[in-house]
Amino acid sequence: MKVSLNWLKDYVRFPADLHEYTEGMTMSGTKVEGWEKTGEDIENVVVGKVLAMERHPDSDHLWICSIDAGSERPLQIVTGAQNVRTGDLVPVCLDGAQLPGGKTIKAGKLRGVLSEGMLCSIGELGLTLHDFPYAAEDGIFILKEDCKPGDDIHDVLMLCDTLVDFELTFNRPDCLALLGIARETAATFRTPLNYKEPVIAPKKDGDDVSKYVTVKVENTTLCPRYTARAVKNVKIAPSPLWLRARLRACGVRPINNIVDITNYVMLEYGQPMHAFDHEFIKSKSIVVRNAHENETIVTLDSTERKLDPSVLVIADGERAIALAGVMGGENSEINENTRTVIFESANFNRENIRFTSRAVGLRTDSSKRFEKGLPPYNCLPAVNRACQLVEELGCGEVVDGVIDVCSADIAPYKVVLDPQRINQILGTSLSEKEISDILALIDFKAEGGFVTVPPYRTDIVNTADLAEEVGRLYGVDKIEGTRFEGRAAEGHITPGKQLCNLLGEYCTGLGYSEIYTYSFISPLWFDKLRLAADDERRDAIKIRNPLGDETSIMRTTALPSMLSCMALNYSRHNLEAKLFETATVFRKKGEMSDERKILCLGSYGKGDFFEIKGDLEAILDALGVKPLTFVKCAAEHSYHPGRCAEIFCGETRIGVFGQIHPLCAREFGIECEAYAAEIELDALAACRTEPQYAPIPVFPASERDLALVMDEDAEAGDVIAVISKNGGKALEGVSVFDVYRGKGVDEGKKSVAFRLTFRLPDKTLSDEDVDRAISKILRKLEEGSGITLRS
Amino acid sequence: MLDKLKEIEESGIREISGSSSTSALDELRVKYLGKKGALTSILRTLGALSAEERPKVGAAANVVRQKIESKIEQKLKELESLQLDLKLKAEKVDVTLPGVKKEIGHLHPLRSTENRMIEIFVSMGFDLVEGPEVESVYNNFDALNAPADHPSRDETDTFYISDSVVLRTQTSPVQIRAMQTRKPPIRIISPGKVYRCDSPDATHSPVFHQLEGLVIDKHITLGDLKGTLDLFAQSMFGEGTKTRLRPHNFPFTEPSVEVDFSCFACGGKGCKLCKGEGWIEMLGAGMVHPNVLAGCGIDPEEYTGFAFGVGIERTAMRKYNINDLRLFYENDVRFIGQF
Repeated sequence: MKVSLNWLKDYVRFPADLHEYTEGMTMSGTKVEGWEKTGEDIENVVVGKVLAMERHPDSDHLWICSIDAGSERPLQIVTGAQNVRTGDLVPVCLDGAQLPGGKTIKAGKLRGVLSEGMLCSIGELGLTLHDFPYAAEDGIFILKEDCKPGDDIHDVLMLCDTLVDFELTFNRPDCLALLGIARETAATFRTPLNYKEPVIAPKKDGDDVSKYVTVKVENTTLCPRYTARAVKNVKIAPSPLWLRARLRACGVRPINNIVDITNYVMLEYGQPMHAFDHEFIKSKSIVVRNAHENETIVTLDSTERKLDPSVLVIADGERAIALAGVMGGENSEINENTRTVIFESANFNRENIRFTSRAVGLRTDSSKRFEKGLPPYNCLPAVNRACQLVEELGCGEVVDGVIDVCSADIAPYKVVLDPQRINQILGTSLSEKEISDILALIDFKAEGGFVTVPPYRTDIVNTADLAEEVGRLYGVDKIEGTRFEGRAAEGHITPGKQLCNLLGEYCTGLGYSEIYTYSFISPLWFDKLRLAADDERRDAIKIRNPLGDETSIMRTTALPSMLSCMALNYSRHNLEAKLFETATVFRKKGEMSDERKILCLGSYGKGDFFEIKGDLEAILDALGVKPLTFVKCAAEHSYHPGRCAEIFCGETRIGVFGQIHPLCAREFGIECEAYAAEIELDALAACRTEPQYAPIPVFPASERDLALVMDEDAEAGDVIAVISKNGGKALEGVSVFDVYRGKGVDEGKKSVAFRLTFRLPDKTLSDEDVDRAISKILRKLEEGSGITLRS
Repeated sequence: MLDKLKEIEESGIREISGSSSTSALDELRVKYLGKKGALTSILRTLGALSAEERPKVGAAANVVRQKIESKIEQKLKELESLQLDLKLKAEKVDVTLPGVKKEIGHLHPLRSTENRMIEIFVSMGFDLVEGPEVESVYNNFDALNAPADHPSRDETDTFYISDSVVLRTQTSPVQIRAMQTRKPPIRIISPGKVYRCDSPDATHSPVFHQLEGLVIDKHITLGDLKGTLDLFAQSMFGEGTKTRLRPHNFPFTEPSVEVDFSCFACGGKGCKLCKGEGWIEMLGAGMVHPNVLAGCGIDPEEYTGFAFGVGIERTAMRKYNINDLRLFYENDVRFIGQF
């Protein structure tokens, strides 16, 4: 919220140094976001009096004016405007003057005649007719202010102000008002607040507001308080300059004295107000009620709005005349002929105003304030303040009496004063007197073990709230840092986090870099992944209000995030990438989600199927996940049907990996071989084994190499299974070390070289023992699948 | 005879000294010490000597043999050493040529930042706890004392799955879960992903990471919060880092504060990074609201506690001088590779 310091000066003294002021306010809890100085874009513009005018000899529209701008000799200024007359006071740009928009005015010649400056229009000063209704729209701004030649235009038009922008917190709706900021300023700088309840002096002529209007509140939940006063013999006119200047500084457009007063009071007291033209209130009755089904109202912005019973309206005897707390109706608007005004100063339920403002798509300065929850207390001082201004401005006669329909509890609220507790929360050791004194700064009265809270501080309910007030005004930055007491404790991370850390180490060790991606994805990505129509991964949790379709569902698979990340790198001409993510995936579980962690690897630009398989084997081995089996897999449609495998540890499926299907890769924008793996961390964790010591062998091993010829389609894994099964207890290990096709091996066949290691723990093996084992293996291989030794 | 031996010795030593290869040395060994060598021929003639002379000459011949042998050995070593020098010289490499390329991957800067933060708090005795990202409105808002019309609940701020389920907007619901299951004293941190309806730009992201901390015990004060954050600030950003508490308001805490750290670039003197303030806003914190404690079955009359939440992105951005939040989620290898 922006606050005018000129205005603030009416209520409180504060440090002249802006930095000191804003720093102080921030540190006492009213945070300053920034500030701006108005009028700084205008320089060297003064009041000038037109002494004489003559036609420019070479022009039929230019005038040569002699201007008294307060200097010793008159200036000669050429103007093209036709509304200037001798004797007028006008704004004059002197040589070198600055105007809004960065415009500089220099002396020069106009059609051969020297012009020592420029006469200004209202627009050139960055102002509008709303600011100065008497000014000419076209032509020079003829000043009607009390001023003399040479006066600085800033002073004459009240252009100079400093606006401080405060960031207000949810708990302080009372600070959405100049007065609220003034109270905080006074408390922060320990200066007195210059505030008195508004006093008005209506004529005791027997007239009373009750003769003008009656008020009936049908829904007291939505309208806890409604106050109203009447003003007669109203003279609608523009407001005085000082009032217009303050509204302008706060970004509110001046309209006329009555409307301006309601806005002024809203800014000053934080209480939105409305003014009705009494003439248009039918039956002279105001009814606060829910709208009827299909009722309509044309609001002040000339828009017809259709209402329903959830919306609260202010109605007269026949129709709605305002949308409660949001905007008035056109049918009862103040106009230049208004003679009698009814001021409304009411309190409305914040949730209903929020709802209404959304339902009708209208957020106003008024609704924004009501949404924050305003104190009902404020209605009466505000309506009185409005009437006080009417008297000050002399724009009408305030009628005696006030209507006040109040169902709200506005009795003072009391909180127990517990200094020990307050000190305990803050870590301070303030005496009861010190605490009471601090609380007195914001008009909290400590007495008899209780604190009476001012009626506008509806946010204060308990000791913790008092502690906050004491803390911020004592200075939370003064509180000394301490170490909390209690048993020394060992902190722990979770097993899941431990596993993630290990995976991070292993993956980076193998050259993979970590990525972080969004958890929500586009539903179109399932198509790009080539998932079957009935694939359960398509059954994703949907976000009701996503930023866009592309981030509208929670991912059920980590793969597309990885692929799109690889694609980004590919498109940026990064030649290769090896990436990993520990990603959370989400499946529906009732109305909540089942969240699982996936280790996703991805690479392109180098390596092949066996590279990523080797990396996975290394990671799984390091984690003690064994024994592993790799089973070819053609069911994962995102992967190459011939280069994809599932990994099992015993019966448990650990994950899947392989080359990404070229069509899938292309869909994501990767035009080269790409590889990926998806590993389930829960399965991984379940299959981990602790290392168990086995004695280091003492007796030498015997190694035998077998080159076996088999069908192209035969899998080494099957052969190894046969070898392992028939190798006897001395067979320690089998590995593949070469695959050969070509000369010496028939077409459609391949030769796979296996290395068999034999060893016994208790003696050296004889050649005969090993030969016997080999013979058996060869026999079984030949019998079972026609696999023979390569000749 | 002795003269002859002397001659053999002298010529042998001379020739050995003058030889320039191991093969020449081998030849000399044969020439002097071999079966047909000079010394052997002398020894063969010993029989012709008198019994008196024989041992004298024999002994002298042995001395000569030893001298020649040791001279050969010595020379051999010299030559080998020379050869090795030559070999080493020939084998020299240009050490400025690149090494054989091997790459260790890189942890994401958010991971290393989070890990460092976890390390700091775990060393202070905090336990790490985790919780779901799809959360109930109850845990994310109601139990955290957020009023029913608090703006953070708006659909413009929070992603909704249904009326009662959201993507968590903070990791505080993990604290609620912990308070419901653990008994004080509680010291926990909960890092993780959180979600808010912000379109991505340099300073906003719909997905980001937080680390929240919670301490509940008897006699926990705002001063303890400050002390804890002082330690964190110094461990994370260096010894001289100071913290400053500023009053604020959060539904979850009362009193609430925002916490600034002294500027990392200027140390508090005021510069471009801190916009002349000397301070940089880092986190939100406060004393756990009595309503929150009571709602989780902890007696607010007996226990107090503090809570804080630090943005991991914000911390990483300060730590590594990163100026655009989007870089974290693009994952360009040229970005990740810098950490």
